[in-house]
Amino acid sequence: MSGVEDLPGWAAAIVSLLLIIGASIVLIGALGLLRLRTFYQRMHGPAITITLGAGCLLIASMVFFTVGQKRLVVHEVIISAFLLMTAPVVSMMIIRAAVYRDLRARKSESGATAGGVYTIVEEEVAGSPAPGER
Amino acid sequence: MATLLELSVGYALVCVLVAMVFCALRLLRGPSAHDRVLALDTLWMTGMLLALVLGIRFGTQVYFEVAVLIALIGFVSTVAMAKFLMRGEIIE
Repeated sequence: MSGVEDLPGWAAAIVSLLLIIGASIVLIGALGLLRLRTFYQRMHGPAITITLGAGCLLIASMVFFTVGQKRLVVHEVIISAFLLMTAPVVSMMIIRAAVYRDLRARKSESGATAGGVYTIVEEEVAGSPAPGER
Repeated sequence: MATLLELSVGYALVCVLVAMVFCALRLLRGPSAHDRVLALDTLWMTGMLLALVLGIRFGTQVYFEVAVLIALIGFVSTVAMAKFLMRGEIIE
């Protein structure tokens, strides 16, 4: 459409390379999410999607708009900073919920030990309903 | 050279869409609830990347705001769902 044609050759090569690398990494991460066995292995798939794949695509977008509009366009930095700050928080919260739920459901085969951080005390169940139990 | 850029943008669109299909499959058949939350978070992320690639494809900055909004809402909703899985309530 518009904007794709008026770009010098070197910038088009850089943007194409970054787009191909980033999109392939995104696809590999989603394939890992689909194909890996247990949940704790599956956790590693979206990590490269968020860091490396999104980073490559964001740099490609930055180079494309900077060269295409002949001025410095760097507001993709906002998205990358936000992603780099929130991705560990999100994965830590999901992992914590998964470990807690696996320990509470007594699923010892899922490999959730958490180093003894989350130990489910037996008499906790007997009293008032514990948080997380519905 | 413009054809190279068009080809690579098309490849990136196809890759990101296939990644979204994989995430949707994991969301549909995930054995546990935290699997589904993880798949939904990855689906938000790939949706944001799809908006970015579409912005490069059409050469407009409008898709950038779409990507920012998708990233923000995806983070908040994933944190809310993870907290719900952990505690059984969101605001405590």
